[in-house]
Amino acid sequence: MDVLSIALPALSDAAGLILQPIVLGYLVLGVVMGLCIGVFPGLGGIAGLSLLLPFMFGMDPVLGLALMIGMVAVVPTSDTFASVLMGIPGSSASQATVLDGFPMAKKGQAARALSAAFASSLFGGLVGAGFLTLFILVARPIVLEFRTPELLMITIFGLSMVGILAGRVALKGIAAAGLGMMIGTIGEGDSAGELRMATYDMPYLVDGLKLVIVGLGIFAIPEIIALLRQDRAISDRKPLGGGWLSGVKDWFNNIWLSVRCSIIGVVVGVIPGLGGSVVDWIAYGHSVQTTKDKSKFGSGEVRGVIGPESSNNAKEGGGLVPTLLFGIPGSGSMAIFIGAIALLGSGNIEVGPSMLKNNLDITYAIVWLLALANVVGTLICIAASGGIARLTTIPFSLLAPFLFMIIAFAAFQSGQDIMDLVALFAIGLLGILMRRFDWSRPAFLIGFVLSNPAETYANQAVQIAASRFRRGMEEGLDYIFSPIVIVLIIITVISVVVGLRQAKTIMAEGKVNSGGKRAPLIFLLAVLAYLLVAYTNAAMIPDYAKADRVFPTFVAGVSIVACVVLLIQMMLRPETHPLFADREAEEDSRHGLWSTLAWFAGLLILTSLVGFILALTVFLLLFIRLRAGRSWGFAAAYTAVGIAFICFMAGLLNRDFPAGLLQSYVDLPWPLT
Amino acid sequence: MKLTETARSVGFGLVAAAAATYATSATAGGHGIDLSGKTVEWVIPFSETGGSAKWANFYAPLLSEALPGQPTVVVKFMPGAGSTKGANWFQEQSFDDSEGTLIFGSSGSTQFPYLLGDPRVRYEYNDWNVVLASGTGGVAYLPPDLAGKMDGLDASGLQGEDFIYGSQGATRLDLVPLLAWEMLGLQVEPVFGIKGRGDGRLMFERGEANIDYQTSSSYLKGVTPLVEDGTAVPMMSWGALDADGNIVRDPTFPDMPTFKEVCEATPGCETSGEQWDAWKAFFVAGFPAQKMVFLPAGASNDAIVTYTAAFEAVKARADFAEISAGRLGVYPQMTGDEATGALSSATNVPQAAKDFVTGWLADRYGVTLSN
Repeated sequence: MDVLSIALPALSDAAGLILQPIVLGYLVLGVVMGLCIGVFPGLGGIAGLSLLLPFMFGMDPVLGLALMIGMVAVVPTSDTFASVLMGIPGSSASQATVLDGFPMAKKGQAARALSAAFASSLFGGLVGAGFLTLFILVARPIVLEFRTPELLMITIFGLSMVGILAGRVALKGIAAAGLGMMIGTIGEGDSAGELRMATYDMPYLVDGLKLVIVGLGIFAIPEIIALLRQDRAISDRKPLGGGWLSGVKDWFNNIWLSVRCSIIGVVVGVIPGLGGSVVDWIAYGHSVQTTKDKSKFGSGEVRGVIGPESSNNAKEGGGLVPTLLFGIPGSGSMAIFIGAIALLGSGNIEVGPSMLKNNLDITYAIVWLLALANVVGTLICIAASGGIARLTTIPFSLLAPFLFMIIAFAAFQSGQDIMDLVALFAIGLLGILMRRFDWSRPAFLIGFVLSNPAETYANQAVQIAASRFRRGMEEGLDYIFSPIVIVLIIITVISVVVGLRQAKTIMAEGKVNSGGKRAPLIFLLAVLAYLLVAYTNAAMIPDYAKADRVFPTFVAGVSIVACVVLLIQMMLRPETHPLFADREAEEDSRHGLWSTLAWFAGLLILTSLVGFILALTVFLLLFIRLRAGRSWGFAAAYTAVGIAFICFMAGLLNRDFPAGLLQSYVDLPWPLT
Repeated sequence: MKLTETARSVGFGLVAAAAATYATSATAGGHGIDLSGKTVEWVIPFSETGGSAKWANFYAPLLSEALPGQPTVVVKFMPGAGSTKGANWFQEQSFDDSEGTLIFGSSGSTQFPYLLGDPRVRYEYNDWNVVLASGTGGVAYLPPDLAGKMDGLDASGLQGEDFIYGSQGATRLDLVPLLAWEMLGLQVEPVFGIKGRGDGRLMFERGEANIDYQTSSSYLKGVTPLVEDGTAVPMMSWGALDADGNIVRDPTFPDMPTFKEVCEATPGCETSGEQWDAWKAFFVAGFPAQKMVFLPAGASNDAIVTYTAAFEAVKARADFAEISAGRLGVYPQMTGDEATGALSSATNVPQAAKDFVTGWLADRYGVTLSN
């Protein structure tokens, strides 16, 4: 009863917060933006939220939440378009949809597949929100007990998910996560302020790399570059076909499958780190297992669409549980969500255990917004599906420069430093290579995000525990091995064992063929070299600041061992082994990697010389004329629209653009400054 | 102790007198600048979530109304390297480029690295022109069981305890409480790595930390409810400075003893000598003039006069006391010669105090700040 007496007023407060026209307006805006992002293959919640970040500063909390939740909730719905119409997973959460959705579209049943998917998505989203409501009631008293050892254990549990995300070669996943963690330690240590892989001569690195930049660089840039190299429209135009109602009927006939897959989605979503990359595969596997006639799977079985689509919307509700309750991101997009919440309003909302104590109404507002966004998103998807299907026929070479412009602008907002763009480019290159050689990028991002909490909580827990032990053995043990910690340890061990067993069958980023031996080997050696340098650098931190030394040397040590073992395996195994996965061998790319990258390197160099807007003008003009092969007139119009759009956004937010050498000599009016 | 206090107040008086002369001459020479149609950028070297952001967001709309021509005042955040990044940037800005459309808000975290000779500091307070100085205070608090061990103001009953304190870093504002507790003979172990004082409070609430301090506005908002619930008891405030530079009770917390009172009542804690002087010097640098607004190097008298008048107009608003009390606390908002005096006492810390603190940081925490 006590629980209810706290929750019920909060629930009605939450309803009051949401049911205002302006809040609903922002929600719809967020949904529309999420729809636009989700339609592009490879751009999911991470990219979408990263783009929203600059808008969040000081925004009214409820409005900002409406915008963000609208976007996050609709991505798993709208990415169905790419999966079904183009056969490319719209985001990592709908890869399994491709297997049966695309064949259905080829058979002229695109509308049926889409409507079955939307119905499942809507249902899954509502199940997710419902679950979250109940879970918060139950979990609140437990979560409020969380102290540093519990938080540390939750972080370690999140990291253990790397085992599942690792892909076919577990060691590569561990090395990828280790590399992510090492990148996360760059800059000033939290405990003693010692520098790791940075110098005061390069102030940019002292603060470490920002999540926005790493998120965009690791996920968005590699996908955009890959699509650009293939250089075609995202899909060939196909008629949607009729049968909207039959899709909904299909869903209703399989409603119990949808229920089960929604629950799978919620549960998997709750587990930090697991996120979207695997949930659809698990749901797909379940759909196959529970279907009597398995022969149609892979050639257009509607159950193969319903299962994954029910689960991938439900997981957003589940993913909010660790995010809101522990401040531990359940996925990459949730990591950015946490950062964005800190920027809302005057910073009064802190995710984590205190959220349930101080902001229970906001917490419930988030839940209801999520449910509402699912409904709105589904309705808009159905209404707009004809237009969206046409959008995907635009050649990607026309979309890419626009996306790059927005990404560069968003990245620059994180530190307002030209170095932001350099870092974006460098991390983007790393992302491209990791994608090519099938190193788990989700594992890398999880490592990066959890690096700082893992280090800080570990140091703090050790310090506080030492003080407790000084008071008495029993008090110290009570502090470290609380019942919650013990339960978490057990869950972690189970998930590592099960995860490693499952990992070989789960291909989070799709199947990758093996290529030659040389390229994967060179990449491995480069990673190893960085780890060795970082290890040496951290090992040189003097004793009085050892709190800043222990973590990076430990992580680098483990990663180096993983890399060395990989190296030995590479020498022994034949080149057809999954170890030598190389996407370059299979993708049908019309343009070389380096010539494509050179365009963006050119934009970067030009920006450092003449500033962003002038560089962007030249870049857009030349790219559309030379690469996309349009007329000068078309290029000029495209450029004008692009520049006007970016200036409008920057003007609205009162932001500047990166300045170049030119600006240090000549005074120019905004936006050229 | 008496001697030091007198010497200090004489020094303070001289500074104030010099400042007064300067301000008068400034007023005499100026006709003010007109900012109609312009946009004033107020650069804050911290993120959007900190106390400086709240302070600037409070003042920005009021300043916009009070400046001649009612320019748009926008707050820009430039976080990095504990505010040294933004301050280094501001040092390179010249007044001629901005002509009064650029101001900078510094905080105690900008002052301390400057005073301690942090190698990252490339800025010089003496080049800048202060137009507003806002004070604040701080309160230390304890869990009830430990607070019960204090004998009135005498803190010696706490000396045998193991204290844990969530700290942002010994070279930041946290050095004021850390040094104060050490002077009282308390064994306080700072747990570093928290991101803001709010995290420190959470640690206290979870029972992991058993001593904490908050600046006044955070105390009012975050700790007062705990005190009402009986889970926290205020220990002492850092106090406030009177016009002569003496530490007196904090006007926001008139019923709370100051650290000076507690120190006097605790055997072994001296309110004189180099340790006390160092503590007081850094307290003065960190709290009574914690947040200041500057025009860049080379600002014209006209601009300084215009901004000074504008902040005075803000202070003179009939509703100022009412709207500021909730958001800033009851602290002096100093302009003109008062602000110049506050700046000078905040940045001219005696060499002896600096040496003491750098030596203490090195011995106690192994922190070395030189290159």
